[in-house]
Amino acid sequence: MMNDMKQIKHHLTEPLLMGYAAGTLPEAFNLVVATHISMCDDCRAALAEYDAVGGEVMLDAEPVAVAEDALAATLAMIEAGVGSPAPAPVRQKNSVFPGPLQDYVSGDLDSLKWRKVGGGVSQLVLKTSNDASVRLLRIPAGTAVPDHGHRGTELTLVLQGAFTDEEDRFGAGDVEIANEDLHHTPVAEQGMDCICLAATDAPLRFNGLVPRIAQRFIGI
Amino acid sequence: MDHKKKHIACDPIYLVRRNSYMLTEPNTLTKADALPPPVTYDDRKAQPVRKARTKKVNPEASAKRMAWVVQVHAVRDNKDRKAFAELFGYFAPRVKSFLMKSGASPDLAEECTQEVMATLWNKAHMFDPTKASVSTWIFTIARNRKIDILRKQRRPEPEDLTWGPEAEPDQADALGLQQETEQLGQALATLPAEQRQLIERAYFGELSHSQIAAETGLPLGTIKSRIRLALDRLRHAMK
Repeated sequence: MMNDMKQIKHHLTEPLLMGYAAGTLPEAFNLVVATHISMCDDCRAALAEYDAVGGEVMLDAEPVAVAEDALAATLAMIEAGVGSPAPAPVRQKNSVFPGPLQDYVSGDLDSLKWRKVGGGVSQLVLKTSNDASVRLLRIPAGTAVPDHGHRGTELTLVLQGAFTDEEDRFGAGDVEIANEDLHHTPVAEQGMDCICLAATDAPLRFNGLVPRIAQRFIGI
Repeated sequence: MDHKKKHIACDPIYLVRRNSYMLTEPNTLTKADALPPPVTYDDRKAQPVRKARTKKVNPEASAKRMAWVVQVHAVRDNKDRKAFAELFGYFAPRVKSFLMKSGASPDLAEECTQEVMATLWNKAHMFDPTKASVSTWIFTIARNRKIDILRKQRRPEPEDLTWGPEAEPDQADALGLQQETEQLGQALATLPAEQRQLIERAYFGELSHSQIAAETGLPLGTIKSRIRLALDRLRHAMK
């Protein structure tokens, strides 16, 4: 659906792809990775390689004997219909939310229950495991998000529109990976609202008293 | 909409060719875009590239991988219990090992292994040998089960590519991908022990790089550079 969008310039990093393949990332990060891959053929192909490494690591492992009746038990499970694949989730084409995100967000942009977080910016926190958090951000065209730093790792994936910060321009499909070293003031481009999916394993840190108070209400 | 680009993005050969360049840091991924794209879907000139690249492969080992593919297809087409039993005999003890190393108790690992193998039966129709080796596919099923059972999390999956009706899996593509995976396996087996252990821990453990650093006492930079070095070697082996 989004494969024929403009060139994606900012991709996932090696530890993220490897962590996704190994199954060791927090759910919030997995959601950003899966959503980016739905938009990016390069990272999809890269992930296939990391999955293949996982397969070979598994093959290489010292085998552990299974129960004597394991095969019979498995065949019995199959006959009883246990573990039959669940029907594939219904997914809409041409939504601003790629498939994996649709499983977390019901509705379209304007029907969602956005919460204002100041400066015209709205957000919607998605429900995931609590080792990290993920939210949708809606930044009105031309608006700046207050200058802030990050305590942990933050991934910001652009779904629609674009923003520019001290680092570069990030358009649809681009992902910005921020850590303790990055203090930035992202500004949404003119034209359309910028919609981002942002995951963090620590609360954002705003520079300045008023944003810091506002942060208490953001719920991250 | 750019129709030509969309066409290419859906072309499995193009994707597989790009794949071979892809075990790489995504910042350098743009290199893949410098590859000359195939002119049309039916232009199979990509084949000689693959043959040249895979000449180092051990033919017996590739035959074993193709045999797994045939067995999965026998399960899919004929509900063939003998083929399933052979896959089970080889993979179930390795899946169990993977789950135990990931922190499952022996009983839980046994239960999950049986579920993983039942999923193999139930989803045999979804296996595509031009996209994955059987070992890769079973690993992804086991990993997803691990996330589900051990970490009690949902697993967001990327959207499937929409394959055109003409994109029937091609035997030569399947063989090429199986050979490449075999080369990867051989390269992994010959990595220096310290590099291989880190790769194993990254896949088996619940540990991030910085947690591995804390546990082993190695500086984080050393861990990262060893993993990078190991991945470089694996990448090199596939070319």
